[in-house]
Amino acid sequence: MSEVAAAPVPMPAKRRMAQLVMLAFAVVITMGAYANVGLAMDGAIPSGMLTYGLSLGGLMLAAYLVLAKFAPWADPLILPLVTLVNGLGLVMIFRLSETDSTLPSATLASPNTQLLWTLIGIVLFSVTLIFLRDQRALQRLTYTAGALGLLLLVSPLIPFLGQEINGARIWIGIEGVAQLQPAEFAKLALVVFFAGYLVAKRDVLALAGRRLLFIDLPRARDLGPVLITWGVSLGILVLQKDLGSSLLLFGTFIAMLYIATQRISWVIIGILLFLGGAIMAGLLFDHVQMRWRAFNDPGNPEIYNAIGGSEQLMQGLFAMGSGGILGSGLGQGHPELIPLAFSDFIFPATGEELGLTGLMAILVIYALIVQRGLRTSLAARDPFTKLLSVGLSFLLAWQIFIIVGGVTNLIPLTGLVTPFMSQGGSALLSNWILIALLVRMSDAARRPPPQAIQNEGMTQVFQR
Amino acid sequence: MSELTLLLIRLAFLAVLWFFVIAAVGVIRTDLFGSRTAPAGPGKGAKPAKPAPKPKSRKGEPRQLIVTGGPLQGTTINLTETPITIGRANDATLVVSDDYASSRHARLFPQDGQWIVEDLGSTNGTYLDRSKVTRPTPVPLGVPIRVGKTVIELRK
Repeated sequence: MSEVAAAPVPMPAKRRMAQLVMLAFAVVITMGAYANVGLAMDGAIPSGMLTYGLSLGGLMLAAYLVLAKFAPWADPLILPLVTLVNGLGLVMIFRLSETDSTLPSATLASPNTQLLWTLIGIVLFSVTLIFLRDQRALQRLTYTAGALGLLLLVSPLIPFLGQEINGARIWIGIEGVAQLQPAEFAKLALVVFFAGYLVAKRDVLALAGRRLLFIDLPRARDLGPVLITWGVSLGILVLQKDLGSSLLLFGTFIAMLYIATQRISWVIIGILLFLGGAIMAGLLFDHVQMRWRAFNDPGNPEIYNAIGGSEQLMQGLFAMGSGGILGSGLGQGHPELIPLAFSDFIFPATGEELGLTGLMAILVIYALIVQRGLRTSLAARDPFTKLLSVGLSFLLAWQIFIIVGGVTNLIPLTGLVTPFMSQGGSALLSNWILIALLVRMSDAARRPPPQAIQNEGMTQVFQR
Repeated sequence: MSELTLLLIRLAFLAVLWFFVIAAVGVIRTDLFGSRTAPAGPGKGAKPAKPAPKPKSRKGEPRQLIVTGGPLQGTTINLTETPITIGRANDATLVVSDDYASSRHARLFPQDGQWIVEDLGSTNGTYLDRSKVTRPTPVPLGVPIRVGKTVIELRK
């Protein structure tokens, strides 16, 4: 027995040095990108490069110090990877704002606001890490989180508080002062709720039911939660005209349900419900129908020129096409021609300047972030942490799939932000909180378990 | 800025971007293939100390898991390097149909020639001899582990 006490149980190392080096690397790449933009557009290193670079570097150093203090065992890669995509987003927004053009894509891009949001994002990241010392505390708030999520979802519908911008009623705030999209935060609360709920109920959802052909059918009354989530996401679709969030929410729930129960029948039921809802929405609502037609036949001049038609989509495709394999180079393309190039369409805008090579690198970076989350889930010791980390990673992955699939015309376009890259405060803040939660959980998963007292002959341990 | 310079900058930027990705994958690689606080592979420093305890523990290493009580009494499982899960779920290594067991009840895994038992948040708990397993605990040879009505032991 004494042998065990001598040899500590091997666990992953902290790898702080690797983290710091990767973080510095990400900041240096971002600064290089700023310099590249300036050299290409004005022939000189932009005056803002040091300001932007140093403020991003300072912010990330602060985030790193908080992480090192409050989550020392956390995964070493999550923060550097996120830093790089956030930095590249800042560069693209900066680049769009530098264009001599009166197009809205150039005039509405505001790198300073986005940097400010990044700052607030880092503050929220730190606050989450400092105050949430054990992610299992969230399990006790399962139903509170569920109620909070629903409240946030419906809050834009409240008169005076809610506002309709660009045809989607998903904002709250004071006209002209500040607006937030509560749905971005609702997603996090709902994933916490799903995780807590499924941990409690997964045995009944996984075991009860009959077997029909080769799939296990659940009992009719266990369909309740699926139907409710389906109803809620249809509600978002109908009342707020927000296709993206609706798809995001339902998809995440189905994925978590499948992971919790390991039953393929839930996925089939989910897909059937989704198809039913989508067809119904397509028949009833013009804006859904328009998206479908734009997806099917984006090159048709009639659809191209229609309001809410496929012009934006086609401009994005043209941009990626003109970028080609190696891209036009930062600052040398014309991404400002794409409507909303700084928010929903930042991905094709980046594609034009960095080409397929650059887009692939960005996608691999996203994939690595998701992989770290899934890895955390595998290493986690309790079911709630497992489900929460897999849910949050899937939320991120699904969000990237929906928007990248949308702008590349793989699936119908539904407006969603590209995580960390798009201009927009709410999404950036909620994604930084998501990363803080993942970091907290990876810290818990990688932390070595407290050593049991082995020498029982000497000490008697009572546990209650 | 000449075209050529810009072209070189562009290619260099993409190369650096991919170098970042490769560096990140390198960090993950060490994570997958056993970056440990005490590295076990061929390396420097701590090496000579490591191989010594290995053969020592080999001798006392259990080879079999035997069910000594409960409905599955008499079942034996040969121990390899793979972890063993015990529970009611179909994918468990030892599937117990027992109302007192949870679907994922407990896990046994080898570590440095020791087998460690860990309770997976079961309802009724896992007992090593007579004490409840609250954290991963090494299992000595011949000490009964109780999971619901099932009792298992490690043998040579």
